[in-house]
Amino acid sequence: MIKMLNNVGKYLIMLGEIFRRPTKWRIMKGLIFKEIDELIIGSLGIVAFLSFFIGAVVTIQTALNLNNPIIPKYLIGFTARQSIILEFSPTFISIIMAGRMGSYITSSIGTMRVTEQIDALEVMGINPLNYLVFPKLIASITYPFVITLSMFIGILGGYVAGSFGGYLAAEEFVKGLQDDFTPFHVIYAFIKTACFGFILATVPSFYGYYMEGGALEVGKASTKAFVWTSVAIIVCNYILTQILLT
Amino acid sequence: MIEVKNLKKSFDDKEVLKGITTTYEPGKTNLIIGQSGSGKTVMLKTLLGVHEPDSGQILFDGRDFATLDANEKRNLRTEMGMVFQGSALFDSMTVEQNIGFPLKMFTNKSNAEIRDRVQEVIDRVKLVDANTKMPSEISGGMQKRVAIARAIVNNPKYLFCDEPNSGLDPKTSIVIDELIQEITHEYQITTVINTHDMNSVLQIGEHIVFLKDGKLVWEGNSKEIMQTDNEDIVDFVYSSELLKEIRRFHTNK
Repeated sequence: MIKMLNNVGKYLIMLGEIFRRPTKWRIMKGLIFKEIDELIIGSLGIVAFLSFFIGAVVTIQTALNLNNPIIPKYLIGFTARQSIILEFSPTFISIIMAGRMGSYITSSIGTMRVTEQIDALEVMGINPLNYLVFPKLIASITYPFVITLSMFIGILGGYVAGSFGGYLAAEEFVKGLQDDFTPFHVIYAFIKTACFGFILATVPSFYGYYMEGGALEVGKASTKAFVWTSVAIIVCNYILTQILLT
Repeated sequence: MIEVKNLKKSFDDKEVLKGITTTYEPGKTNLIIGQSGSGKTVMLKTLLGVHEPDSGQILFDGRDFATLDANEKRNLRTEMGMVFQGSALFDSMTVEQNIGFPLKMFTNKSNAEIRDRVQEVIDRVKLVDANTKMPSEISGGMQKRVAIARAIVNNPKYLFCDEPNSGLDPKTSIVIDELIQEITHEYQITTVINTHDMNSVLQIGEHIVFLKDGKLVWEGNSKEIMQTDNEDIVDFVYSSELLKEIRRFHTNK
């Protein structure tokens, strides 16, 4: 418990340190674009693939369970939309990203720690936290773009599976998508996404930056980072849902 | 010149440096030697400002590191170069980018000026056909040359090397030692080297500080180390039969 509180304190101090002694803009600009490429653009393929098939499966599962003739078919589209926008895209894609982005961040920073590259930055008078974590934090501002894409492709997957699989007519699916649409649900999803983006950039950085030991510990730190990033996302999801939707 | 005055440093209750006083002069290769656990790494890291001393002073040409404000400390750091034990080259950058990194960070030089200066130091450390290679694509000896080039590219006044020969074969070690010594003489840098390597001690030890249990127990140069009767240093330096034989041959002791 004390160790956990100690880590929370260290994490908060780290957040403050990220903004101190900023790196020259001339260098930082390049680092930010590099991180956007690695973390955001590099994730689009896997996000699109997962979203399409999960969207399709959500639609098929809903169709198979809504077999009562009294229940209108367009509710399949409605359910797919709600599950994808409210939970699947923001939360579950973020947990998958905790594995992809998180392990990349922890292992790259952890390897720099092991091979004294972080010490080299420090000795040169550079703030390593600003140099290494700030660009990731800025790149994470574009993370909602990934989730927008996931929502769109997830719904497209549902549309394709529902209409081409013969579970409901394409018009009914579209009618379900438009039925009882609450724009605030999208805002809620993006508020969550922005918070998850922040967690995805900072928690794995924390585990990479403060790791001790050798190559084996880099692997252990990556696993720990994945676990705690997921925990933080799930807890944050609960708190935000409680605050924003009730 | 770096003056160290009564430097003390403890971790928790363990006193690692117990009041060290010495002076490192410019244009000389200053060596810190001692057994593992003698405090030499802590000494080097304290000189670099990574550890804050508990008491005592470290004066860089009269400037006390501990009393400087954040900006002055940053400026002083730009006057330092460091060669790490494992080279600590940035994996994501090419050789050229690694060497040019301090210039990009701390100067307002144009890209063309940076390129010219980088090429100048690459030629100085005799790195051939490595400009666009990644650190993982070059040998350990070449990585050390890149690390030296990066450390001197911004014309430092102070150069620190942590076991620069670690992991290198004896021949390459001598080449690296000689390179560090040449650069030290050429640019009148105050160079401080942390080493275990007895070849380095005998080859480039112009000023040697021997630490034992956090205390400075002997100070001298490579000639004096051959003659000394100090038991601690004799035990440490002449630990192998071969070295004992060499000493007998040189001193008839």
